[in-house]
Amino acid sequence: MLVSILHRITGGALTVAGLGLLTWWLAAIAGGDQAYADFTSAATHPVGLVVLAGLSWAFFQHTLSGVRHLVMDTGAGFEIGRNKRGAIATVIGALLLTAAFWALLLLGRGA
Amino acid sequence: MSTGESATPLGRVRGLGAAREGGQHWVAERVTSAALLLLGAWFIASLLLLPSLDRGTLIEWLRSPAGAIPMGLFVFTSFVHGLDGMKVVVDDYVHDEGNRFALNTLLLFAAVGAGALALFALARIAFGGQA
Repeated sequence: MLVSILHRITGGALTVAGLGLLTWWLAAIAGGDQAYADFTSAATHPVGLVVLAGLSWAFFQHTLSGVRHLVMDTGAGFEIGRNKRGAIATVIGALLLTAAFWALLLLGRGA
Repeated sequence: MSTGESATPLGRVRGLGAAREGGQHWVAERVTSAALLLLGAWFIASLLLLPSLDRGTLIEWLRSPAGAIPMGLFVFTSFVHGLDGMKVVVDDYVHDEGNRFALNTLLLFAAVGAGALALFALARIAFGGQA
């Protein structure tokens, strides 16, 4: 139940904020050095980083709960115990993937 | 399309409904999900594997077919899937028919407008002259 609502909230956030940022990012790359500098200064601002961290978590949560829904569409995994464990696994998995993504992004590049 | 003899509930309703295509929106949403599983993994991996995220590196990346083509597919499929999902949410929670139509139309315009902007920016990068 919680994970089902999370799927909708993260989907809405990814559509509005995620696609908005993706569009801004591409437009800034196309727009020139100044436009890209404006984008990166917003993205690396503490507020921008919180938004990006939130969106990366939303991406992993929505992806994992989406896979869970695809499995459930086949009619599998509706037993209460297994269903609940699957839902919890998406929440833990998304948090781990978010942490791994940022660790690799920041440490891997030494930025 | 449906024979009505399928073993699964989905198999029985596919191709049925008044317009014989009631299940198509549902199926389309899952097809774009599967595509985005691949394209999303590609996008995340790219962000991690690119030598840097400065503008010059990104332009070089998006000028190569290996960058530009998946990025175009990722942008297009994301907008289609996002619009599909928003429509489901609007249809579920907005009960007044007039408001629902207005909101769905607004979302369609916003998605097409922003999606076109994103694809135009990508084309400008991919086919652009000097940066």
